[in-house]
Amino acid sequence: MRHVISVLIENESGALSRVAGLFSARGYNIESLTVAPTHDPTLSRMTITTRGTERVVEQIIKQLNKLVDIVRLTDLTEVQFIEREIMLVKVRAVEAGREEVKRLTDIFRGHILDVTDNSYVVELTGDDHKLCAFLDAVNRDNVIEVVRSGATGIARGDKALRV
Amino acid sequence: MVPTSSLNEVLRASCQSSTQAAPGSHAWRLSLLLFVILGASRGRHDQAPWQNVGSSPVHPCETVTTDHPHPFRRSDVRARTSTRRVCIRALPCATFAIVTRRSPEPHRGRGGVFLNIYARMRIRRLLPEASRVRPSGVIESLEMELSGGEVLIEALKEEGVEFIFGYPGGAVLHIYDALYEQNSVKHILVRHEQGATHAADGYARATGKPGVVLVTSGPGATNAVTGIATAFMDSIPMVVLSGQVQSRFIGSDAFQEVDCVGITRPCVKHNFLVDCLENFATTLKKAFHVATTGRPGPVVVDIPKDFTTPGVTTPFMYPKKITMRSYTPPVQGHPGQIRKAVDLILSAKRPMIYSGGGVVLGNAAKQLIEFTEHLGYPITQTLMGLGAFPASNQQNLGMLGMHGTVEANMGMHECDVLIAIGARFDDRVTGETSSFCPNAKIVHVDVDPASISKTVTVDVPIVGNVEQVLEAMISLLKETDRRPDQEALAAWWKHLNGLRDTKCLAYDTSPDLIKPQAVVEALHRVTDGDAYVTSDVGQHQMWAAQYYGFDKPRRWINSGGLGTMGFGLPAAIGVQLAFPDEIVACITGEASIQMCIQELSTCLQYDLPVKVICLNNRYMGMVRQWQEFSYEKRYSHSYMDALPDFVKLTESYGHVGMRIEDPADVDGALKEAFGMRNRLVFMDFQTDQSENVYPMIEAGKGHHEMRLNPARELA
Repeated sequence: MRHVISVLIENESGALSRVAGLFSARGYNIESLTVAPTHDPTLSRMTITTRGTERVVEQIIKQLNKLVDIVRLTDLTEVQFIEREIMLVKVRAVEAGREEVKRLTDIFRGHILDVTDNSYVVELTGDDHKLCAFLDAVNRDNVIEVVRSGATGIARGDKALRV
Repeated sequence: MVPTSSLNEVLRASCQSSTQAAPGSHAWRLSLLLFVILGASRGRHDQAPWQNVGSSPVHPCETVTTDHPHPFRRSDVRARTSTRRVCIRALPCATFAIVTRRSPEPHRGRGGVFLNIYARMRIRRLLPEASRVRPSGVIESLEMELSGGEVLIEALKEEGVEFIFGYPGGAVLHIYDALYEQNSVKHILVRHEQGATHAADGYARATGKPGVVLVTSGPGATNAVTGIATAFMDSIPMVVLSGQVQSRFIGSDAFQEVDCVGITRPCVKHNFLVDCLENFATTLKKAFHVATTGRPGPVVVDIPKDFTTPGVTTPFMYPKKITMRSYTPPVQGHPGQIRKAVDLILSAKRPMIYSGGGVVLGNAAKQLIEFTEHLGYPITQTLMGLGAFPASNQQNLGMLGMHGTVEANMGMHECDVLIAIGARFDDRVTGETSSFCPNAKIVHVDVDPASISKTVTVDVPIVGNVEQVLEAMISLLKETDRRPDQEALAAWWKHLNGLRDTKCLAYDTSPDLIKPQAVVEALHRVTDGDAYVTSDVGQHQMWAAQYYGFDKPRRWINSGGLGTMGFGLPAAIGVQLAFPDEIVACITGEASIQMCIQELSTCLQYDLPVKVICLNNRYMGMVRQWQEFSYEKRYSHSYMDALPDFVKLTESYGHVGMRIEDPADVDGALKEAFGMRNRLVFMDFQTDQSENVYPMIEAGKGHHEMRLNPARELA
């Protein structure tokens, strides 16, 4: 099962490598990982998406908690949460296809950031399903390149991950 | 205000008088030379003659030595960059600096500096809060200005470190210079950095205090990695200080540069790269805090060379306590869980207590004995847990696992309630997990939440300090009227005692060949079972564990988790240093001993009368045994040809060597060797080459599928 784990970690050099190293050393699967400082510059917020059985995910969470640099963490998939990812995609756009891509971008509530005679750069936010659906809709053959930020997530309601 | 000219006078007088006493003499050490400077603010020190001292890039070696009489010059102040400066920031607009000769005498006390009367008078006059100057001359709560090397020494003193095991090199030369100037912390010079880490590890295992290691950058750090990983696997508190190239050279592939933090990251509890001199003391405090609390473990502090430069100083204040928001180890077990566990424990018909190294590390042996005796339940220990419960106690079924006893392993297999205390369900203990304790409900007490349900799912987990949890359980057991089902317990004991009749540890004796088991049993007799026994890794390690019979915790010192050959001798160094009057025996084999044999030289340098018991069967015995059972006796590269003459080798290291070939000589040789209280004796026992460790659970088998010694019937 897919899990989204949100982590508050000391904003120090080497902290990211501890997390990445833990996953590779223990053979855990890592689907995506995003990290950036928070409003408190001493802390970074990391979102990790991973897959595994309940037992493996339990171990991942325990092992992450053991890392001295990690201040707090939560498994977002246990609560109601919002997940967003940003994707920039360069799409071939010629002749009739130009209109089609523009239409699809509007339907998916994206923006076109750059236009050339042959291509568009489209910005899209959403969860994994939405981004994949867009790529399918524009036809993957027309996709020149894709860059995705990886998932970020936050719990709904009053629940908060903070110090 | 003190006029600058008079300050210069004081300084000149100080310098001249300091040069009259010979370096190292009592007078030299005690000559407390000082001057007091009153400045408008800290920022105006630039007028003071000593101001340049702190930031001077000039190395003391490049300037005039102080035992040469000379008139005061600016450079002389630089020359004395190794002197200690003390800043008192008591007045809002004033800073006093007292320059004292570096003095290792303990009378300076914590955070204070011994001052002469003159100094006290001056300070009294200048400081309204003169009460801070005690009549003894000790000023309290002062911030000392120290160089990085001195910060390290002061921090080690604050932590009560007795020994530091190390090996010098370029990146730690400044630290070694600071070590040279003091004698509070004793440095033990090993012959290889692996030896340093194992020695510190042995010291930590025997005393419970953190072991401290100092190694240089590059190869110094990489050589230490094996020892760090050894300590990590067995959760041993250790602080490893490694030198690093200057911070501006990091990442440039400089000479002897290696990413020590990166290399050690997977085998430490935590590691630090010191980022600036100002944070050095706090980083050291954190290192000791993390290493010794919660589930202990090794912590590496990587120290760039430029942060230890003599003369580059920082105000020193060692924190008494430290809190880290990201590190809060659990202490108290959850009372609800403890109650649930006690209920389950009391409901058992076929109970089994399974204790591990956590009881030893957590100093909970006393509580474990009380708990076990109160319940009257059978108990078995892991390799790491031996000694926490006396081997001679009738409730003890001995060690469990791959080479555990029949009664312990079958007890595990058949029990209905398993009480795991400070143990981590290692694969050498559980065997095949699918057939592990098939009928048991499991209670698991551990300080590390990640140990719980890692390999075996447990029913009642309790995360907490083992000592506290056991105490809570004992008091609940004493309060309640409920008693274990005595009838069921009696039947269970009857069954277990029947299993004891298997005599699984019996072995065939021979008039011609020395049996390794017999040597260990003889060692127990000769040392009254009271020795500190270190061991290497292999068959001899298992025989030591099976046949020595440890009655006290912290007496059995071996590398359990990592299985590091070469551990035994250096570990014995650490133990013998910690307990100079105790008997320390290192049980080893001819293959293991050669992995760190150079430490015999260290033993001579520090007069460590360790007794080395080498069970020499000319094979890597455990490898040979596996090849016999699983590879149809194809002994691929497990025979060791061209062995050295260990007697001559030992003698060339300046110790006593013995070779014992006749079974009849075993006791006599041991008595003779242990009679030599002040000498290291290396006993090379030529043992039976074909002897195997039994019982044995082969890979993929369960506790009930043991291979027993075919010769035990003959015994």
